[in-house]
Amino acid sequence: MSEAKKAPGGLYYTKEHEWVKLEGELAVVGLTDYAQDQLGDITYVELPEVEAEVEQMGEMCVVESVKTAADVYAPLGGVVAEVNSALEDQPELLNQDCYGAGWLVKLKGFDQAELDNLMDAAAYGQLLAEGE
Amino acid sequence: MRFTPHTPEDRAAMLAALGLGSVEELFAVIPEPLRAKSWDLPAGMSEPEVSQYLAKLAGLNAQNLISFLGGGFYDHHIPAAVDALISRGEFYTAYTPYQAEMSQGILQSIFEYQSAICRLTGLDAANASLYDGGTALYEAAMMAVRKTRRKKLIVCTSVSPIYRIMLETYTVNLHLELVEADVSDPAALEGLLDNDTAGLILQNPDFFGVLHDYTPHFAAVHGIKGLGILGCNPIALAVAKTPAEMGADIAVGEGQPLGLPLSFGGPYLGFMAVSQALLRTMPGRIVGRTHDAQGRTGYCLTLQTREQHIRREKATSNICSNEALCALAAVIFLGLMGKKGLVELAELNMTQAAYARTRLTDIPGVEAVDQGPWFNEFRVRLPIDARVAVSRMIDKGIAAGFPLGRYYPEQANNLLVAVTEKRSKEEIGYLAEGLEAVL
Repeated sequence: MSEAKKAPGGLYYTKEHEWVKLEGELAVVGLTDYAQDQLGDITYVELPEVEAEVEQMGEMCVVESVKTAADVYAPLGGVVAEVNSALEDQPELLNQDCYGAGWLVKLKGFDQAELDNLMDAAAYGQLLAEGE
Repeated sequence: MRFTPHTPEDRAAMLAALGLGSVEELFAVIPEPLRAKSWDLPAGMSEPEVSQYLAKLAGLNAQNLISFLGGGFYDHHIPAAVDALISRGEFYTAYTPYQAEMSQGILQSIFEYQSAICRLTGLDAANASLYDGGTALYEAAMMAVRKTRRKKLIVCTSVSPIYRIMLETYTVNLHLELVEADVSDPAALEGLLDNDTAGLILQNPDFFGVLHDYTPHFAAVHGIKGLGILGCNPIALAVAKTPAEMGADIAVGEGQPLGLPLSFGGPYLGFMAVSQALLRTMPGRIVGRTHDAQGRTGYCLTLQTREQHIRREKATSNICSNEALCALAAVIFLGLMGKKGLVELAELNMTQAAYARTRLTDIPGVEAVDQGPWFNEFRVRLPIDARVAVSRMIDKGIAAGFPLGRYYPEQANNLLVAVTEKRSKEEIGYLAEGLEAVL
């Protein structure tokens, strides 16, 4: 697996293996390639309600795979603007395209300063390397 | 032959190995106030002495009463086939069916039970069962709290008082708000339903035997995005509007009427069914039907990520057991009755109860409390304290009903009378004549 697939540049990362991509006023959130690989076949995603408020690193939603259920934490505090409802019928999108069609949530109203608490691709790659 | 697990010598050897002088030293880490003061156990007895002693205790019970007691638990006929079938070793001694390849029979029996509960309630999915009706009601309440992330539960005062006490006990340390109110009339919900309301808990027939249509109640609770929970009597479901038809999200109830003996209060059977949207928040085991690689039908425990052995503190519930043998009795009972038979059974309960109501309200000074419609139980108001009337009736060999003053102080004169298909016209006659004589 290439480094780029594992952790593409231009995104922000958390220690809990979430990624964030800024799209204007919105922050798109998903699970990293490492996270989807560790979870195995994902069978269900319990998405938050639109307009729900989340805190940075607070519980945001739950992802279930054939072997476990894992909490997903909000990389930034804010309000849920959109959820990826395609995951309701196709949770496998998370395994197939975690940085694209398998996104989880879009947040709005977040504080730019909170981005300082996140890692860039290089730092996240380092974290993965240490773990292996 | 000794049946005690270890001798004083065994205990001394174990203490010596631990470098301790006494059992008190062993438990010294437990603060004094928390230690048992005494086990309050009588001296040992031989086996024949125990038999005699228990026979003597049993003899203190009033025996062979004609029972008109209900209050959530009913004296229905149990076909002999039920006990004969559940007594088979394959069922009677079966362990949790974690290994699907070893347990297809048990798994299928649970699946059939779940299917029967779905058909009775009209809802989409049922679990493998819970301990009893009260536990099921608490678990339903907690589902509403988890799903809505709200703290307030509204419970109608016509829900079984036993279950309301259980609910209070279970939730006492959970920082929830339990609001008890008579909301039989949906207008009473005005001002109670708000954006902090997780769920509304109702019962049909209610504790007093009256059948309701709670459709407007559930519509109102959905209006504030709360959940509707309905406790129900499984035999009444054969004739009453189903929880699904009323718009309930969760149906729970006591499965004892489905082929289980009263047997002093247990073991019983809590059933639960939910709408598809709540499937993943439902506690307990769920059996699913699937196909293997060769296309053959197979059964297995499914959606186990909800359960505590996978999800630890995030589990939907820490109940990790079900009442498989009782659930099996229920599905065998339902199979023996059949769809038509169950409706006939329910109707027979209603006609017998209606006859009893007529006979009792014909007694001067005795009047019906409610307008109906009823299932197989009803309230009558007596001219004297119902407890007094009931104890006088015991002397006549009749358990006349449940004196409501025990749970509803303002109802001291009210008697709750249950009449199942087992009560003959003759026995109902004894009840009416006896009651008239003791008033």
